[in-house]
Amino acid sequence: MAGSHHISRRDFITITTAAVGTVIAAVVGLPAIAYLIDPALKSGTSDAWIPLGKLANYEIGKPTLVTFTRSKVNGWEKTVNSYGVFVVRKSDTEVAVLSNKCTHLGCHINWNADKKEFICPCHDAQFGIDGNVLGGPPPRPLDRYAGDKVEIKDGTLLIHFLEG
Amino acid sequence: MWKKLFTWLDERLGLNDLYKATLDRPEPKGNWWNTLGSASLFLFLLQAVTGIFLSVYYTPSPDHAYDSIQYIMNDVAFGWLIRGIHHWGATLMVLVVFIHMIRVFVTASYKYPRELTWLIGVGLLLCTLGMGFTGYLLPWDQKAYWATTVATSIAGSVPWAGPFIMKVLRGGTDLSALTLSRFFAAHIWMLPAVLIGLIGVHLYLIIRHGESAFPGKDD
Repeated sequence: MAGSHHISRRDFITITTAAVGTVIAAVVGLPAIAYLIDPALKSGTSDAWIPLGKLANYEIGKPTLVTFTRSKVNGWEKTVNSYGVFVVRKSDTEVAVLSNKCTHLGCHINWNADKKEFICPCHDAQFGIDGNVLGGPPPRPLDRYAGDKVEIKDGTLLIHFLEG
Repeated sequence: MWKKLFTWLDERLGLNDLYKATLDRPEPKGNWWNTLGSASLFLFLLQAVTGIFLSVYYTPSPDHAYDSIQYIMNDVAFGWLIRGIHHWGATLMVLVVFIHMIRVFVTASYKYPRELTWLIGVGLLLCTLGMGFTGYLLPWDQKAYWATTVATSIAGSVPWAGPFIMKVLRGGTDLSALTLSRFFAAHIWMLPAVLIGLIGVHLYLIIRHGESAFPGKDD
């Protein structure tokens, strides 16, 4: 068959089988990858304005923990997650809202009234009343709701909560 | 470079011998009816792969089985495709295995020295039907529930041992969470393990004896 354009029957079958096999593998294989990583591609973020009650009810200078829950649908299951923020009222109109999530590894911090600092029970991180790091491993101050993320409407304190 | 690598591997693994023994076997005469065994094997592998993928999202509990499948079908990228292949592949596999059996019967390929291949084939057929039976319950919808109610009741009509067999199948007197989880275990662990073992012996016997020649006019 030298010099001829014909290929042998055996080569033809081999090439056709390989080509068809590759197409089938791609048609099944590529969607399979999308199938596996699909949950990671969904945004999963949500936001809402969370009312934290009347500002007047908060004692000035004393951090108060406020908890609220948000429900989220993960796949086929609805889970309810609990979140907490510390409301620190500075004056009649001034307020700081701090996340209670330690910036180190995400444990929940507590307010220690004697030492006047937030303490994380996991690795002994310490934060000041304004959220600044006083000691321990945290890489940055506590997340705070400020500027356009906090609002006082008819005396009610609201925070713009982002999830995910 | 690749040739060197292949030679290195071949010297240690005997890839060429393996290839000759498994894929380059002499065939008596090319015949499409002789491809049904390979087709069954391909369908088994397809079912195994798509089944593994389905298990990423499927949850074998009465609370979540149906919802998790709805999620696979409507929300996961290409979930409909993976489940569709598994669903239709199951039907096709039963069909192909049956036609394969009929072919072997008609061409009298089950005779000496291939009786064992036939007997193991019977086991493979039963396992395939068992896979279909156990897989049918997993969507946990009305059809699945009542089909399994009926089928386990049929098993319960066996004289004397019937009620006990039914209880073993159902994991109790009624269809329940226990039924679903034991069918799931049978579907993804027990039956596949038996299938893989039997397929191994089946293939070994085919390689050992070679394909049977088609009977001629004188046979």
